[in-house]
Amino acid sequence: MIEAYNIHKSFGAHKVLDGLSFKVATGTTCVIIGRSGCGKSVFLKHVVGILKPDSGQVIVGGKDLSILSDQAMDVLRLKIALVFQGGALFDSMSVGENVGFGLTEHLKIDSQEVLQRVEESLCLVGLAGIQNLMPSELSGGMKKRVALARAICVKPEIILYDEPTTGVDPITADAINELIRSLHDKLKVTSVVVTHDMKSAYMVADRIAMMYQGKIIAEGTPDEIQASEDPVVHQFINGLSKGPITETIGNSG
Amino acid sequence: MRKFLSDIGSSTISFLYFLGGLANLSARTVYWTFLPPFKWQRFLEEAKKAGVESLPIVTLVSLFIGIILALQSAYQLQRLGSEMYIASLVALSLVRELGPVITALVVAGRVGAAIAAEIGSMQVTEQIDALETLATNPIKYLVVPRFLALSLMLPLLTLYANIIGIVGGYLICVMKLGVSASMYFTLTFDSLVFKDLFSGLFKTVIFGMIIAFVCCFEGFNVEGGAEGVGKATTHAVVASFILIIMADCFITALFYFIFP
Repeated sequence: MIEAYNIHKSFGAHKVLDGLSFKVATGTTCVIIGRSGCGKSVFLKHVVGILKPDSGQVIVGGKDLSILSDQAMDVLRLKIALVFQGGALFDSMSVGENVGFGLTEHLKIDSQEVLQRVEESLCLVGLAGIQNLMPSELSGGMKKRVALARAICVKPEIILYDEPTTGVDPITADAINELIRSLHDKLKVTSVVVTHDMKSAYMVADRIAMMYQGKIIAEGTPDEIQASEDPVVHQFINGLSKGPITETIGNSG
Repeated sequence: MRKFLSDIGSSTISFLYFLGGLANLSARTVYWTFLPPFKWQRFLEEAKKAGVESLPIVTLVSLFIGIILALQSAYQLQRLGSEMYIASLVALSLVRELGPVITALVVAGRVGAAIAAEIGSMQVTEQIDALETLATNPIKYLVVPRFLALSLMLPLLTLYANIIGIVGGYLICVMKLGVSASMYFTLTFDSLVFKDLFSGLFKTVIFGMIIAFVCCFEGFNVEGGAEGVGKATTHAVVASFILIIMADCFITALFYFIFP
């Protein structure tokens, strides 16, 4: 279970999270939607402990991240995987080394088993046999899938996806959505998907939360969100250029 | 006037921020250096990049420095008919001062720039964040092997540069000025005492640390994209050069006044 209570985070004068509170139940897939730059990725980085809140509390698997030691945080991180928007593959390593990184660095298992688990992970994302390629030889969609393979290779309990379908063609995007769904079904992981792609959100979500001005303003099942009468949610999910979101930006500008 | 003062103020703040960040990174690197597990493989990879791959350029530069030193001193000493003392002059200048400093500057330009650019591009493509999410401390993984490699390889490279520089001086003295080979080597080794060699090599350990910390720090602090990486690389090399020269001055003074 992931719990966040009243999180505030600013970068200089720019307030990104403004009292965000949010819960994701174990074994569910929750999608966080919201405009680009509204703080969705920042929230994910709080869940994995890369960023620390200015105030507020993040609790993952019953552990309060603010009081965890570095060693305890590292143990917890092996149970959480974050799939970065651009893949964030280590470009000095081959695909196989990237995918097996978590295993070779932290788990005392023999190299044969590492190779086998790398192969399995790549098979799961539909990219078997590319272990020896370098990240520079992969397309954008392949990079995202290799990043996903790297995430699942350590058998995490929680997977966080940062805009998994952004910047890929519609067919690859659909394949990635299928993959997220099937990983959820096969591995029974808790997933948080950050996206502004509504098609993807409806396809993978058990629950959807809308983030706006640094906090969650609406939450519910995909059907409930689609039926929402909140004008901000309505404007966002229907992709309308006129509405409260754009008016606020116009007024503040 | 107001703008001038505010410029001075902001430059001072950036400089203090730089020093504070550098001290923080150094302290954390030393802490992680002694914390197991030790990744010898990564250390060896970095040692190869910093040491073995720098050999060609260090050879070239130190050979020419040796030749130049011999020629410049010949210009004066020939008038006094004391060409044979060129050997002592070349050996002392190289071992005490030029060998360590020139090698450090070459390594800062070659290896330091590569470190800042590599870590900088890892920063902008979120690879550093990815390391953390994979429960790997970026300082332990990226800085510690480079810090150890540079601190160890720079003295070895300097020792090599000293030898090659002395060979450069030999080429001029023996082949051009008619000093006998045995006389050249006798005067070279007679003029050197252990303290000369020690002070020269001691400096290079400090220079190696400076290059590692400054270049890693600049890499970690890259903001923006390719432009940020370019700026950080330039800053890293310039700051390393300045700090190396400052540290050289300080250590030379230390050996001169405290351990005369």
